[in-house]
Amino acid sequence: MAAAKPHKVDRRRFLTDSARMAAGCAVAGSLLAYVAREAKALPDQAIRPPGALGEDDFLAACIRCGLCVRDCPYDTLVLADLGQNGPATGTPFFTAREIPCEMCDDIPCVAACPTGALDKSLTDIENAKMGTAVLVDQENCLNFLGLRCDVCYRVCPMIDEAITLEMRHNERSGHHAIFAPTVHADACTGCGICEKKCVLPEAAIKVLPVRLARGAPAEHYRKGWEEKDAKGAPVVEGIIDLPDRLPGPGTDNLAAPGGFEPGLGGVDGSAGGFRPIFQVPGGTGQ
Amino acid sequence: MSATGKVHLPPGQEARRVKGWYGANRYLIWRRSSQVFFLVLFLMGPWFGIWWVKGTLAGSETFRVLPLNDPLILGQMMAAGHWPEATALIGGLIVLVAYALIGGRVYCSWVCPINPVTDAAHWLHDKLGIQKGWQPKRSFRYWLLGTVLVVSTLTGTIAWEVVNPVTMVHRGLIFGMGWVWGMVLAVFVFDLLVARRGWCGHVCPVGAFYSLVGAKSLLRVSALRRGACDDCMDCYAVCPENQVISPALKARGDGSPLILSPNCTNCGRCIDVCSVDVFAFTHRFDHHVETPPKADSQVEPREQTAA
Ligand code: SF4
Ligand code: SF4
Ligand code: SF4
Ligand code: SF4
Repeated sequence: MAAAKPHKVDRRRFLTDSARMAAGCAVAGSLLAYVAREAKALPDQAIRPPGALGEDDFLAACIRCGLCVRDCPYDTLVLADLGQNGPATGTPFFTAREIPCEMCDDIPCVAACPTGALDKSLTDIENAKMGTAVLVDQENCLNFLGLRCDVCYRVCPMIDEAITLEMRHNERSGHHAIFAPTVHADACTGCGICEKKCVLPEAAIKVLPVRLARGAPAEHYRKGWEEKDAKGAPVVEGIIDLPDRLPGPGTDNLAAPGGFEPGLGGVDGSAGGFRPIFQVPGGTGQ
Repeated sequence: MSATGKVHLPPGQEARRVKGWYGANRYLIWRRSSQVFFLVLFLMGPWFGIWWVKGTLAGSETFRVLPLNDPLILGQMMAAGHWPEATALIGGLIVLVAYALIGGRVYCSWVCPINPVTDAAHWLHDKLGIQKGWQPKRSFRYWLLGTVLVVSTLTGTIAWEVVNPVTMVHRGLIFGMGWVWGMVLAVFVFDLLVARRGWCGHVCPVGAFYSLVGAKSLLRVSALRRGACDDCMDCYAVCPENQVISPALKARGDGSPLILSPNCTNCGRCIDVCSVDVFAFTHRFDHHVETPPKADSQVEPREQTAA
């Protein structure tokens, strides 16, 4: 009896202590979980090094040792400072407009990473996917204004694959061409050299995270022309090829069947009308 | 008793008188040198371009061949669902084995960059005579260690690294401090005003982890001349984990004189401040107790009262 009593008190103390600890840990753990999840928000202008796992996996893998930073010969990479609204503290990233990735052949940053946060299966830097360049501002891009700046195109390490110049008519002048810098996401590595070198005070072409830069086709979409090429024949047998309806006046297609033509008799006394697609030969019609 | 005259002397004073300044501060000096040494190893690259060691305490590469990795971070990584590459695994294993042999919390007192901060806070705490303040149980750190692993699993991140002052300060010193000074200040203020020896002694899950790593370590401090102890309590005053001393120092008969608690940081400060040299470093299988020589005048009165 005398021995049982302190035993009981001991057990009660043990239980209250444990409960207190568990409660303390629940509070500390929730706070920690909150901060850890908060840190997952990667700012859009912060680009991870080549070969970096997707952001979720990256934060499970990167130990923030800085070895990739040390082996980057161009001082491209930096470790995130402690502070708000940055990449998770201590993790490596770069800002294209400051120092872009020069796409080293031997990818020293990936070689240096001890954990696999930068994936060693990236062996050809041209397959890197750090982000995707997007010509975000056609209104200020000099090429879109009709000049021949071409800088982003010329500096691109993947010239003619990641960026091409697509020629089109300059509507404004009426007799010049526009050479539109056009990014092809499949080939673009996201190195950021184009953004860095854009001559404007604020780059008109920017590297964005792939998730922002790209849409995605629905699973079931098929492009008819690709399917047709693959099959070597129309996808649907025996389809009737109807005449194409082409754009209207002011173009060479003016007289095309179905096109709008000024001066033609139309409804309600409007300035023009449509040439009928079919005309009954010699008949008066109805 | 001779001890009564010394009670009000600041700890270490008697040792300084008997053993001289160096004798009474030997391990402290070595320890600070070691902390500086490890920091300088990492700083030689960024400061002087001598890249013997690259990286941080979280993960480093020495002479381009030797990887060293923090095993607790690797543990959180695995909890978060990422299996590290061989380099990090090997690096983590080397660190584990090393600390398992020399004592896990050797990391705390000989390497960790936060230790000088909490030591400084404790020094000022003593100087100002502040109350010990609110203190969670010493076991809280183990609970927190478990919590950290659970949170890593739940969030899929290396959770403690978003707040860990140890790696943040180390990284800050090497890659640029920024706001990290705030971290240093927070730990200092916590130890000074909120909880005496609070951070390293009660909270830090890194220290808790390393104590587990070194639970069976070879290198240990032994109170092998405990018969000479004059109860001046100086060792209790300087030890950051002073609950570990009594079982060794106050054991009766042939109870082991070894300080076997995994929370002993092997800092050696007790060896420094003991004026009668009760303590010494030895290995875990050395249980021998030295009986003080009969000629020792301090022991005689005790034997008489006992008789
Ligand atoms: S590929 Fe080269 S330039 Fe680009 S981040 Fe890696 S090391 Fe730096
Ligand atoms: S080397 Fe790897 S683990 Fe280290 S900071 Fe860079 S990405 Fe993270
Ligand atoms: S980011 Fe720009 S420069 Fe780099 S590959 Fe893509 S388009 Fe080319
Ligand atoms: S307890 Fe933590 S902060 Fe203190 S010395 Fe050990 S690792 Fe460093």
